[in-house]
Amino acid sequence: MEEADKHTATKSKSSSVKGETVIHIKGLKKSFGSNDVLKNINLDIKRGENVVILGKSGTGKSVTIQCIVGMLAPDGGELTVFGEDVANLKEKDLKELRMKIGFLFQGGALYDSMTVRENLEFPLTRVLRLKDQAEIDQRVEEVLDGVGLLDAIDKMPSDLSGGMRKRVGLARTLIVKPEIMLYDEPTTGLDPITSREISELILQMQKKYKTTSIIITHDMECANITSDRVVIMKDGEYVAEGSFDELKKSKEQFVRSFFN
Amino acid sequence: MAEQAIPGWKRWLEGSGDQVIFLTRFFRNVFRGGFEWSEFVRQCYEIGYKSFMLVGTTAFIMGLVLALQLRPTLVDFGALSMLPKTLAVSIVREIGPVITAIICAGKISSGIGAELGSMKVTEQIDAMEVSGANPVQYLVVTRILATTFMVPLLTLLGDVLGLIGGFLAINITSNVSALLYFNKCIGSLDFTDFLPAFIKTIFFGFIIGFVGCYKGYNSNRGTESVGLAANSAVVTASLWIFVVDAIVVQISSILFYH
Repeated sequence: MEEADKHTATKSKSSSVKGETVIHIKGLKKSFGSNDVLKNINLDIKRGENVVILGKSGTGKSVTIQCIVGMLAPDGGELTVFGEDVANLKEKDLKELRMKIGFLFQGGALYDSMTVRENLEFPLTRVLRLKDQAEIDQRVEEVLDGVGLLDAIDKMPSDLSGGMRKRVGLARTLIVKPEIMLYDEPTTGLDPITSREISELILQMQKKYKTTSIIITHDMECANITSDRVVIMKDGEYVAEGSFDELKKSKEQFVRSFFN
Repeated sequence: MAEQAIPGWKRWLEGSGDQVIFLTRFFRNVFRGGFEWSEFVRQCYEIGYKSFMLVGTTAFIMGLVLALQLRPTLVDFGALSMLPKTLAVSIVREIGPVITAIICAGKISSGIGAELGSMKVTEQIDAMEVSGANPVQYLVVTRILATTFMVPLLTLLGDVLGLIGGFLAINITSNVSALLYFNKCIGSLDFTDFLPAFIKTIFFGFIIGFVGCYKGYNSNRGTESVGLAANSAVVTASLWIFVVDAIVVQISSILFYH
């Protein structure tokens, strides 16, 4: 009963997502020295699903998505993305897999020696190896227009506000049309109005580009807006999952504490 | 005591291993397709052109001071006519390459260390890597090749300006024509003076770029590590420049000067 309560069974929204499993995680473990960050992570994400991961700082949320994209090698367990075992991929295969995954960093991680235009051109010319300047310009302008920053095309990142940097970061990630999007605290450090705008933009982009998403956040409004399913982590393990509304009514004090 | 020494050795061995891996990644990426020509040219401009004033001024003053300092000693020995030759040989063989390299270690190696260190801290390098781009090819290969290419050129310019400084110093106290002075300077130099000096500047350039990139690329996450990367890059590059200088001079002495 307790187990059933922990993993709030009903997944009204997520169960409606039909499709293949694109990310499969079973018994994932990761330690840094004597610090066991991930102890036993089990998670399956289906195509088109938007999963929000909640948890206190230091519980291994970011480490989980860093393992998914191959930035960190897990110490144990299974982790496959599109059926590929990420930890055992060769460099070339990992690069190809990464082309299907977008990663939005907390601060946007814009290349500060380049203009917004050059930031957006970078993945097109270096990753997709596009040569046609007209096509590059068209894609840059289209994606910038999508995030409402076409006017900032020739600005330097240092001239942009925090919210604008995140929008440009999102545009740079989406320009290669990834199938999976990983968001690492997309609204951290922003005021409530800009946070809501970014959350709505994420949802809008998910619909437009039909991506599968994992969103790590502490922002409950962002979780509410963007999630099909919410997973809650505690001490390197998942302790509850379900829709936002289901978890809000959970009997578990720890789970409810996120919503109060 | 022995227990304390083990972690130090382990760290040293780990660091050496990391450097070998980094060096291997550099060479593997040099010969891989898709060389970043535009970034390479930009780095040559940043590293070469923007260091020219500093290197040139320092070399000019070094030549001038060296001539002023040498003059009284040579007069005592009745060998004042040897001044252009002494100046030319000391500047071309040793002072030009080493002074240029030390200045470049201070300016360029620390700059690269700080730039890549801050890119690491702000997750820009991670962003490049997870996007499927190749940060080693874009950031590391271009910078190391640019320093390897530009430091010998800066040394050449420094040598010329050092000799001009020497000419000015001689003309403060004597009246020597430029034609005579430069004829004596160039006439006293031969292939064995230029070649080892030129070869070692290539090594110096490589060290400056490699150490700066390694320290910056492998810096830790905190903002403090940016300063540490820059500082450590200058210290390590300077040390390696002197070590390589001693080795090259020893080898060239055996091959050419005996």
